[in-house]
Amino acid sequence: MQVPLSWLKDYVDVDLPIEELARVMTMAGMEVEAIQVVGLPMPEGEKHEFKISGLSWPEDKFVVAQINEVLPHPDADRLILCKLDDGQGERTVLTGAPNLYEYKGTGPLDKPLKVAYARLGSVLYDGHKPGWELTKLKKARIRGVVSDSMVCSEKELGISEEHEGVIILDDDAPTGMPLAEYMGDVVYTFEVLPNMVRDACIVGVAREIAAVLDKPLRQPQLTVPVTGPSVEGQAFIEITDPNLNPRFVLGLVKNVEARPSPYWVQRRLRLAGTRPINSIIDATNYCMLEVNEPLHSFDYDVLVKRAGGKAPTIITRSANPGESLVTLDDVEHKLEPYTILVTDTAGALSLAGIMGGLESEVTPETNNVLLEAANWNFINVRKTMKADHLSSEAGYRFSRDLHPELAPKGVRLGLDRIALWSGGEIAEGLVDVYPKPYEDPVVEITGEYVERSLGIHIPIEMIVELLTRLEFECRVEGQTIFVKSPDHRTDIGRGVIGKADVLEEVARLYGFDNIPASRIADELPPQRRNESLEREERLRDVLARLGLQEIITYRFTTPEAEERLVPPDVKLPPVDYVRLANPIAADRTVLRRTLLNQMLEVVERNVRQRPHLALFEVGAVFLPIEGELLPAEPRRLALAMTGQRFLPAWDQNLKGEMDFFDLKGVVESMLAELHIEDVTYAPGEHTSFHPGKCANVWRGDVLLGTFGELHPLVKERFDLEKAPVLAAELDVEALLRQMPMRFETVPVPVYPPVLEDLAVVVDEATPAAAVLDVIRKAGGKLLEGVFLFDIFRGPQIGAGKKSLAYSLIYRSPDKTLSDKDTKKLRKKVIYMLEKELDAKLRS
Amino acid sequence: MPEQDITQNQEELLEKLQQQLSEVRQTGLDLLRTLQDEEGLQQWRSNFLMRRAVITEIMRNLSNLPPEMRPVIGQAANKVKKELEARLKERFAEVKQAALTHSLNSERLDVTLPGRKPQHGGLHPETEVLREIYQIFAEMGFQVYRSRDVETDEYNFELLNIPAHHPARDMWDTFFTTKEGVVLRTHTSPGQIRVMREFAPDPIRVILPGMCYRYEQISARSEIQFHQVELLVVGRNITFGDLKGTLNDFVRRLFGREVRTRLRPNHFPFTEPSAEMDVECFICGGEGCPVCKRSGWLEILGCGMVHPTVLKNGGYDPEVYSGFAAGMGPERINMLRHKIEDIRYFWANDVRFLEQF
Repeated sequence: MQVPLSWLKDYVDVDLPIEELARVMTMAGMEVEAIQVVGLPMPEGEKHEFKISGLSWPEDKFVVAQINEVLPHPDADRLILCKLDDGQGERTVLTGAPNLYEYKGTGPLDKPLKVAYARLGSVLYDGHKPGWELTKLKKARIRGVVSDSMVCSEKELGISEEHEGVIILDDDAPTGMPLAEYMGDVVYTFEVLPNMVRDACIVGVAREIAAVLDKPLRQPQLTVPVTGPSVEGQAFIEITDPNLNPRFVLGLVKNVEARPSPYWVQRRLRLAGTRPINSIIDATNYCMLEVNEPLHSFDYDVLVKRAGGKAPTIITRSANPGESLVTLDDVEHKLEPYTILVTDTAGALSLAGIMGGLESEVTPETNNVLLEAANWNFINVRKTMKADHLSSEAGYRFSRDLHPELAPKGVRLGLDRIALWSGGEIAEGLVDVYPKPYEDPVVEITGEYVERSLGIHIPIEMIVELLTRLEFECRVEGQTIFVKSPDHRTDIGRGVIGKADVLEEVARLYGFDNIPASRIADELPPQRRNESLEREERLRDVLARLGLQEIITYRFTTPEAEERLVPPDVKLPPVDYVRLANPIAADRTVLRRTLLNQMLEVVERNVRQRPHLALFEVGAVFLPIEGELLPAEPRRLALAMTGQRFLPAWDQNLKGEMDFFDLKGVVESMLAELHIEDVTYAPGEHTSFHPGKCANVWRGDVLLGTFGELHPLVKERFDLEKAPVLAAELDVEALLRQMPMRFETVPVPVYPPVLEDLAVVVDEATPAAAVLDVIRKAGGKLLEGVFLFDIFRGPQIGAGKKSLAYSLIYRSPDKTLSDKDTKKLRKKVIYMLEKELDAKLRS
Repeated sequence: MPEQDITQNQEELLEKLQQQLSEVRQTGLDLLRTLQDEEGLQQWRSNFLMRRAVITEIMRNLSNLPPEMRPVIGQAANKVKKELEARLKERFAEVKQAALTHSLNSERLDVTLPGRKPQHGGLHPETEVLREIYQIFAEMGFQVYRSRDVETDEYNFELLNIPAHHPARDMWDTFFTTKEGVVLRTHTSPGQIRVMREFAPDPIRVILPGMCYRYEQISARSEIQFHQVELLVVGRNITFGDLKGTLNDFVRRLFGREVRTRLRPNHFPFTEPSAEMDVECFICGGEGCPVCKRSGWLEILGCGMVHPTVLKNGGYDPEVYSGFAAGMGPERINMLRHKIEDIRYFWANDVRFLEQF
């Protein structure tokens, strides 16, 4: 919504500084997004609470002037010389404005032309350059004629983009008056909130400002006497469904003549963002911008013709199947049953509340205008606009629900403005069919309710005063105020909702800033843990401590992207995705089922940035469930590592690429840090991983996840480096469920340990975990620790064999172990290894 | 053997032993002076003072000497030994001092060389700011409540007082799924209904964090997925003043004690009255800078009193209960605080960005 200050001042007296008014509007719920200065002095200073742009017209530079005679240029056909008076004397000004050609060489003008005149040294916009480029008027000689000043176009003054000709001001513009004083303006742009469509017009904005500033509001007045015969019998209305069309009003004005509107009307329309067309159309737009009611003007004679020479009947109804209509933008619309149509006996005339049809449109030749103002069901209007991608000023308003009382008000004003600017005779009366009257809600509130909601006591009289400023009708009975919603708004509900609606108006006018802040005095709720979050955050801390960087990726992907997680020749059965009906990009069509794909995409993006990468993500995946509306959203953990094991430094360069065991070390440490014990690792099968370098992590029979080195064929599908890429995906829900509520510590030992090394030769196929298991079992409680420190293969121990060397730590909590004790333990360990695994002690 | 001979022999022996002691003393002291390190000194000690040393030998053999000679030789040997020991101790001290002096004078590092970096990980900046928000609210008695990302139209809109074809629906550009009535949540507000339905009729003080989704062109300023943190308070005596007080406390802790705030009227279907909270720019202190676009204010959160329809849909009688809600964007907070000029950085996960936190 664009609000020219000059227009606003028709209805409310405001003399606030430019930015102060923007602040008032903003604090009233009309958040000013931009201020455009059109001629008035710019607010000073560096700091501006609002975005301000535009052009000032200094008083000594820009004035109203009158052209007394237009002379041809002695030397150039397309140039003319204007003899004008700028209030200080006669000047000759050179111009090429086409709209002055008609006066060329016609001698002294009977009626001087009033124009906007810029003197030497003025700074204004360059009319010939695209965009808004400032230029300064200098003395120049053009084809032998000296030029040092200018008659201006709207573009040059920053009023609009119009540069077809110079501005011809209205005749009553006082010659010599500073231009800023005559028509300097400021345009405030703000976004109308969804519940404040009442402020999509100048009177609406003025009403809010008047209420905040406690000033009177002046309503627009009718100026042209109604002299024509009654409209009765000249047009009829038939509403088929009052729910779709609660009210329809027609007025008639005859013998009009479409012409250019007065300049001030054109300027206001342009400043408000509307293009002037002719005095009839301009009048309907002007009234809509003034009081909010969109008007539609029909060429009455066309309707009569369509009705076979009889008085036309306007019929409103929903569209029939297969029906279509060509709107005045020359687009054919196929209509749906929810679309409401304005028709006559010969067929559809317009899309109700949105756009008129081509045929019955007023033209410059129109003599008689039938003026429509109606009220439409906003849901149907919205649906039609959405489905047909239509937008119009009328549709914008009707789709936000207008009050039916605006219709007669709008038609009366419209008829008046048409007659005022286009001549003609207004027919007496209106055809007004109102089958579904709107009942303005009456809301009951009390001072106690206001106090309980806002936390501040506002006396009843003050509440009444504030609401009355917004034209609510208030009646006080005891402690209760009966508040009746005014007949220009539909946003006030009934019952408990209406109470909140009215409360908002009280708070808004009282001023949010005037309500004191308090700390919650109400009862503290029962305190509840959020264990899933607490544990998840602990998991993040552990992983960061272990040297991994957290990432957060898009939850959108494509099935094709996730297919890259299996080798190209592997075909998995298709899986179901949460699919978007309106994806915004071809690579974001579904919600992910795994974190791995995005994890690898992030590795791809970073692998050339850092020699060592270690990343993790904790987040939801989305798995549709057969027969359920909503998908499961389990959380997963993804890990990825690749590159050098050690960071290079200036004095050392420890080479070595990370492999399976670097990742396993992270998994082990992570589980240990989470106090998840008794975890087992077993070879895993996963299409994304190298079949020989993949493990499942189990706790009992719960699978926590799978990790391994990326399958070479999968790796090829991503843009990665040569180094192995290690990755894991774990089930966060399962993992965190394994975290114990508490864990116990063991005392720090007081007796010394006994250390000894043991190397055993076993079959290559025997997993290290099995050897470890036997040693642990045999060592029992006295075996405090076992560490594998070497694996050896070679001819000395035979083919198909490997030697595993362990350091064992024995310790008793109650005494220093003797040689005899340890010898016994060692013997048992060796015996068990031989017995269980056919291992041989390597000496 | 004649007595004369014996005496003479004794004198010769005495002289020989004394000569020996004197030689040992001289050799020892001479050698000691040349030694420069602890290792040499230890060796010297073993040569001159320990088991195999000449002095030790002499003292060991004292009992083989004639009784009258024993005290003379014994005392002489002892004197030499004491002297050597004393000199050795001095020498040890000197060598240690010399070594220390040398080390202090000669071992000079180029302290400008870079240190060896330990490998370490880190949290995503969004995790960090979310935790900070949790923490501040936790201290005010708020607990975290999370709910699902994929929602029904009913929870995301209808129950929040946003009926189909309502003008307010234009405020959200929604991702719809191919399942009728299933959307990606456009805000964390569906959690308001879920938490109310779960906890009614208890009073409520929760924050609702989570990822939200909007159908918007991705640009430096807007993303299709973003975090939101909402807060919801429901009770019998919750006021607009409480809303102001709670949010003031929060932003002052987040941005610094002194920041001023203001509430601008706004519209959200699920709150009424609704407002937008501006915080005085904490970069320029309200003077006007590029971050606040010279306005001195930063738009930080939307808020309002819970709409009666929403209370009712959550299972609370709006005639008895009231409440307030507010919502903010952690990415925006991060962007303002760390001068992040492009919101796309958050999900791009370039380590060169992430490592700066």
